[in-house]
Order: sequence, then C-alpha cells, then structure tokens
Amino acid sequence: MSSAGPYDTLIIGGGHNGLVCATFLARGGRKVLVLEAAERLGGAAVTREFAPGFKVSSCAHLLHLMPPALMRELALEAQGLKIAAASLPTVALSPDARHLSLGPTDLSALQRVSPADAVALGDWQALMRRISRALHPVLAQTPPRLGTDAWRDRAALLGIGWRVRRLGRRDMRELLRIGGMCVHDLLEDRFRLPLLKGALALDAVLGTNLGPRSPGTVVSLLYRLAAVQGAESLALPEGGLGAFSEALARAAVAAGAQLRTGAAVERILVREDRVAGVVLASGEEIAAATVVSSADPKTTFLKLLGSEHLDAGFTRRVTQVRSRGLTAKLHLALERLPQFPGLSEQELRARLVVAPSSDYIERAYNHAKYAEFSERPMLEVTIPSLSDTTLAPQGQHVMSVIVQYAPYTLKGGWEAGRQAFTDRIIDTLGVHAPQLRASIRASELLIPPDIEREFRISGGHWHHAELTLDQFMMTRPVPGAAQYQTPVPGLYLCGAGCHPGGGVMGLAGRNAARQLIREAA
Amino acid sequence: MLTESEPHYRQPLLKTPFHERQREYSQLDSFVPWAGYTTVDVFTSVEQEYFAVRNASSLYDLTPMVKYRIAGRDALRFLNRLVTRDIRKVAPGKVAYVVWCDDAGKLIDDGTVFCLGADEYRICTAERQLDWFSASAIGYDVEIREVTEEVAALAVQGPTSAKLLRAVGLNGIERLKPFEHGEFSLPRAGGGAPIAMMVSRTGFTGDLGYELWMQPADAESVWDALMEFGRTRAVRPIGSKALNMARIEAGFVLPNLDFVSAAHTLYLGTERSPIELGLAWLVDYKKGHFTGRRALLAEVARGPRRQLVGLDVEGTKPAHNALLYTECSGKKEAGSVTSATWSPTCKRNLALAMVDAPYIATGSTVWAEIYLNRELTWERRMVRARVVERPFFAPPRRRTTPPADF
Repeated sequence: MSSAGPYDTLIIGGGHNGLVCATFLARGGRKVLVLEAAERLGGAAVTREFAPGFKVSSCAHLLHLMPPALMRELALEAQGLKIAAASLPTVALSPDARHLSLGPTDLSALQRVSPADAVALGDWQALMRRISRALHPVLAQTPPRLGTDAWRDRAALLGIGWRVRRLGRRDMRELLRIGGMCVHDLLEDRFRLPLLKGALALDAVLGTNLGPRSPGTVVSLLYRLAAVQGAESLALPEGGLGAFSEALARAAVAAGAQLRTGAAVERILVREDRVAGVVLASGEEIAAATVVSSADPKTTFLKLLGSEHLDAGFTRRVTQVRSRGLTAKLHLALERLPQFPGLSEQELRARLVVAPSSDYIERAYNHAKYAEFSERPMLEVTIPSLSDTTLAPQGQHVMSVIVQYAPYTLKGGWEAGRQAFTDRIIDTLGVHAPQLRASIRASELLIPPDIEREFRISGGHWHHAELTLDQFMMTRPVPGAAQYQTPVPGLYLCGAGCHPGGGVMGLAGRNAARQLIREAA
Repeated sequence: MLTESEPHYRQPLLKTPFHERQREYSQLDSFVPWAGYTTVDVFTSVEQEYFAVRNASSLYDLTPMVKYRIAGRDALRFLNRLVTRDIRKVAPGKVAYVVWCDDAGKLIDDGTVFCLGADEYRICTAERQLDWFSASAIGYDVEIREVTEEVAALAVQGPTSAKLLRAVGLNGIERLKPFEHGEFSLPRAGGGAPIAMMVSRTGFTGDLGYELWMQPADAESVWDALMEFGRTRAVRPIGSKALNMARIEAGFVLPNLDFVSAAHTLYLGTERSPIELGLAWLVDYKKGHFTGRRALLAEVARGPRRQLVGLDVEGTKPAHNALLYTECSGKKEAGSVTSATWSPTCKRNLALAMVDAPYIATGSTVWAEIYLNRELTWERRMVRARVVERPFFAPPRRRTTPPADF
C-alpha cells in the first residue's frame, strides 16, 4: 500500500457513512483524508438555516437506524453528541381528531380503542423483534458472494441459514411466508384499525419508491427494524442531524483522519488499471492507492470513474440500478406552535404521521406512478424546536415534514408544480391543524431534483438505490460491487448504495472499513 | 405475400440484392437461412465450388453479414473498449479482424472493423449486436446504426480474383494490400455513371481475395459484369458449404460451430474465451481497458484449461463431431471436434477441435472416435489425430502484392 502522497486512503464524501468509514480505517492505522464537496460535513444528515433564525435537519430528520453498538464504538457522546429527545412515540393523526398514540412500548391508547389490535400489535412487535435480531448480523457483515468456492462466502451463507433456522419452525415459516409479500396484505392479515395499519405501512414505505401494495415492502420494513435489532428508538439530536454529523466528524478526527470540505472530487484517477488518487474540481490532484466512495453507485462509476475503466455488462448493470427518489421534504418556519385539536403540547413532541390507512398511502402512491404528485400526500412530521431550542427563535418553531410522493419528473414540470404541491401539503396538514397556514413565516420544499442537487445523489433517492429484494445484499448495488470492492483495484464503495443501505445507519461505512482492513491483512 | 403487420415468424426471409441472379444460377435450388436472409448453401456441387475458390475465382454473397456504422467523437474510444485489439492501429483505409468479449472474457462475436475516416468506422459481425453495442456505448459519444440492408456485399475469392476484378475494370486493385480497403469504380455496361464501390482485400477463404461493398441497386450490374467475364474462366458462385471447407483449411472459426456466443449460451461452462479459441494474438493487454480484460488476465494467470487446435486426422473420413480420447482404448476423453473436412488441396484430413489443456501443444496426439456409414452399415474407428499448426493452408499468394497476373 504505497503511494506518493501523505495519504493512503481517500474517502469521497463526508456524509455519515464516509465519516464512519474514515473513523474505522484511521483506527486501523490508515492515513485517511475525507473529501467533502459541500462546505459542511454530514451529507444528507445536516442542519442548516432555511429562513432567518430557523434551522432544520434538511434531509434526514430523525435518528433511529444507527445500531446502539455502533454508536458506542464511535463514542459519539464523548464527541459531544447530545440527544434532545429519545424514544419518541408515534402519533397517527386522524381527520376526526381521534388520534392514536403509539408509544415505543406503551400500547394503552390502542388498548382503549381496539383491544384486539393491541394484542395483535404486541405479538407483531415480538415477532418483528425476533426476526430482526436474527437478521441483524446479516446487515452487519459483508454480503457473501454467490457461486464461489471461498470458505468465507460459504460460511456466511451457512450462517444466515443457521440464524433463520434458529428462529424455530413457526417463526422461520412466517419469515419465509412474509419475506416477499407486500406490507398491505400482511397488515390486513393481522390488524383491524385502519389508522394503525396506515402508521405501520408508513414505516415500510418511507423513503422508498414503493407503496404498501408493492412487493417487497415487508423486506423494507424488516430492514428498518433489523438495523436496530427491533428496538427502534426515534431520537432527535440536539442541534439537529447536523450536530450528529459533527460528532461523527470529531470521532473521525480523534481517530486520526483528516477532513476537507469544499473539496469536490471531479474524477477518480486510474493508472495501469489501479486507482491512483482523485482530481478535485479545482484541478488539484491527490494521490492515494485506495479510494473509498460514499457517493451513490451511479455517481461513483459513471461520473467520477467513467465507463472506460469498466466492463460493458457491469456498466449496464449500474445504469439499471433503480434510484429515482419519490420523497420530498417540506420545512416550515412557524411564528407560533400550531394547535392540533386532540393533541397536547407534549404529544406534539412525538413523530406525527399522516397516513390514516394503508389505502390512503397507496392512493398517494398511485399519482406518483404517472408523474403526478400525491393529491393527499403521506406525511411524517416532527416539530424539533419543541425539544431543541437551538433551532428557532424563542417562542417560534420549525416543522420538518417528510412528504410522499413527489415524482422526480413531474408532468408539467416542477417549476409550475412546486407551489401547488407546497399548498397541497399545507392543506393536508391543515386538516389536522386548521390554523397552521396563518402561522407560516417561511417555507422550503425540497423535491427529488433538489435533493439530487443539494446532496449530490443521482435521482435524489434517500437510500441511493431503491431498497427492494432485487437490490439487497449481494445484489446491492450490483453484482460485482456488492462486497464494497469494485472491479477497479483500489476502488471501494462505502455509501448507502451498498449493503445494508441508507438511512442514517452507518453500517455500510463500517462494513466497508472492515472489509478493507481484512483484505489488507 | 405477407404484410408487415404479420408476426415476425410468418414474415418471409429477406432476399439479398443478388438473390434473383443466384436463383437463376442455382441447380439445386438449395437455400438456407442466414441472419434473416435466404442464402445459397450449394449451387451445383460442393466440390466444384470449392475448386473455384482454390483454382480460379468464386463469388460469394455475404450481404447478410450484419453491418454497423459507428461514428462520432468517441467512435475510436468506443471500439477500443469494445474489442480486444488496439483499434488505434487501424488507420483510415485499413481493416482488422476483431473479437469482443463479455465481462467474463468470453467471446460474444467476431468480425471486421473498417476504418472509413476520422471518427467513422464500419464493423461487420456474424450476429446482431445492437444490444451489446448499446451497453458498450454508455458513457461514449457515439452513434451506432445498422446498415446491413444499405450495403450489398460480394466476396470474390481465389487465385485469379485480382485478375478478374482488373479485367472488369477495377483499375488499381492490384495495389491493394491485405487488410486494406479503397474506393473503386466499375464501368457501367451500356454507359452511364460508373458504379462506385468500396473494395477490401479481406475474406474468409485464406486465399487471395477481395470483398466488394456496394449500393444494393448496383448489385446485379456488378454480378453480371463479373459473371460475363468469368463464365469462360471457371468463375463460379459458391454457397456456404464450399466456403466452409475453405475456411477450415484457413483455420478460421465460425460462431455456432466452433464456439457459441456468450450472449446465447445456456449451459454454464460452454462459453469460450479468445484464448481458448486460439485467438490470444488478438488480445492487446497494453492498450488500456477493454471489456473482459481483467477476466482474461486472470485466465492467463490461471493457465489454460482447454484450447481450440488444428488436428491432422489419420485416414480420409472427416471426423465430424468426433469425441477425442487420450488413448486408443477410448476410456478418457480429451475433447471434441468442432469442425472437420477432408482437404482436397492439402490432401489431409483436417479438423478443428477443442482439446483439454494437456494436449494443446503442437505435436500432441489424441484419438478420434469416427463413425463410418458404409452403405448403411455403421462402423466405429479409433484413429490417431495429431495437433498441428494452423492455418493448414496458407499460400503465399494470399499476401503477395501485387498479386500474380494470369
């Protein structure tokens, strides 16, 4: 591992995966430099001002996917990470103001309206926890390659089989039964209350290009739960997700990595069919024998590397990665706390979801299939300023809303559609908070093309690549690059486009670092 | 007559611009499909046609050969990433025989690249390649257009072919060197503007020969001019069977006979790399990246498992489809024959065979299991077969410039 420059490893992208990867590589003795194109680190986990005095986590807005063990390994608390609120309940908003509060463990509200559903939900959560625990190690390792004779691949495959087998006959059967199903059918099997089914379906489709009736939505739900072994805790870091990224950056620096912002990589340098470094947009060349990209697969392979260094079949597979985002983000600067009839101020600290039934979500999704935005969008709402006073002026508030569905390409164009969609979202919120519109001082809508531009993600997909069975594990992002290695010696991937995927989880970054260290050993 | 709206399987095969002339000449009325066209496999007799290739001149209609125009700013870079040879060495006016592979380094097809000018090439292929070429064009500013129907092609091959072409008025043809092409014109019978065409000194017979590339509208006039002069000089149209004998003598491989395109194989392990097909000389590892390069380097490092070799088989009975064995006892297999013919010119019983690694060296011996049909009585023979150098037949005249004047 020799190179002319002071670094042996360059990491493209200072998002959470890039920073996590940098930390572990630096701890492993590598001389690491992280190159971030933006002026601040964090990628899609950043806090920024969107109106004077109002700050918000501008893409991801809740911390819930990073496994606690990984948080401990990174010692983020020692790096100054403060959690403003944790274990947030979810409140499913109902148009008749009979909202349903679902605590992480407290099912008493559900018990009151539908005792049968409360029992069913308890069983369901227990099952999901058992399956998630069994699947968690799969997420935490390099996916095995298929069709090889290598003992490591065979052992990993056997290990997965063994863990599934150890679930016992009943759970194993249930996992195999539901694994390829759509979440809608599964919820119909088990639950009655539409409000409950809507809230559960939301978790399965959030951030994806899927509706509750799309195949594979049980997998995307399991993925979300498996990351944290079924013990999901929705948390708001103090200072927003940007503060979380700053703690990650301090962890990387503490481990010995160097970080540079405003350093957009233009091209990955290849010499003699080996990575030789990168060229920045400024023209500056930085040499290194290893380059790890946390950029999405299309950006990494097609823009930064170039198909001339790749085989044609591989290149085609990369272009076929499904990575069209359907998720928008709305930020509202509010003069005062909005009133939601039926909700106390304490309950407004929760995650509020507008998904009154699974059918509601599916109908919202229907529009997006035909290049329209949802007439009645599905929403995930937080008012982080209630728990974190650093985000808004005294007495005022910010509302952060994840919105589905917003097609990447809108019929008639986004220029004309942007305000109409903003109004549609505010109207949808207005059903539950009639005075909301009057309290809005400023708003900002980020549609997938905005997310593509601001966070440099091809297609503007939060997970870099759709999270479905065909883009899972050893097929994520594509066969031939699913073990963090790429066909070009010295080039690796560590972003959300790799196993186990996106969300502020960090496992892709850590798995990639482990893979590199293992290869060098 | 079926209309265009009929499903494709009810559409008739296409006819080449030479079709009517060939039908007039055909004694056997024996046509076979080739790449969507109907073409002749034998006109009169295979032997007569074969001897026209080796002793006089032959006309072979290769219009069905699939042709693409590759043009644009990145045409050269695109081709260099597609094929295994260095296309930078193919200057305007030159032709190169090339192969291309999939990511695993397995052969998809072979063909010829013509450099027509800066940023413009023509590539002739055995099978349609638009899908693979399109995948290969990702990231390149290049236009790929199939021009098969826009270009009629006729191969004129044999020791007297240069003389024949000169005699009908293709002046300067004798200066064309092997793997060169140029623009020529043929005086039109009965006056009028001369017929413009591209002629390349290329072919599939291993002999002196040329390929004529013209407008379909001129095809019959060219055919008539050649046949009128050639009729008394043993010039014959030939079908694919005679050509097959000649190409085996020349040691050329054919898709679906000597290998199956990796784009079509269904069974694992039946695809073949250029190294396995004895085409390692076509692979230029120094030119930069091309599709399959990393896989081929790994194959070189691993060493060969099998290779296509030339066999000189004892006796006179062609070893069609013969299994090969390590010993006369026929207990352990060593490969199988892919193409076989008795060579009337070499007076040898020739075969191309895929043999296992221990037997690929020239001089190795294997045993071929041949089945003989003696007046409906089948007999089995185990005959010795020796691995020999290819091509089996390579007369100096194929390279000599200017060619001999008869």
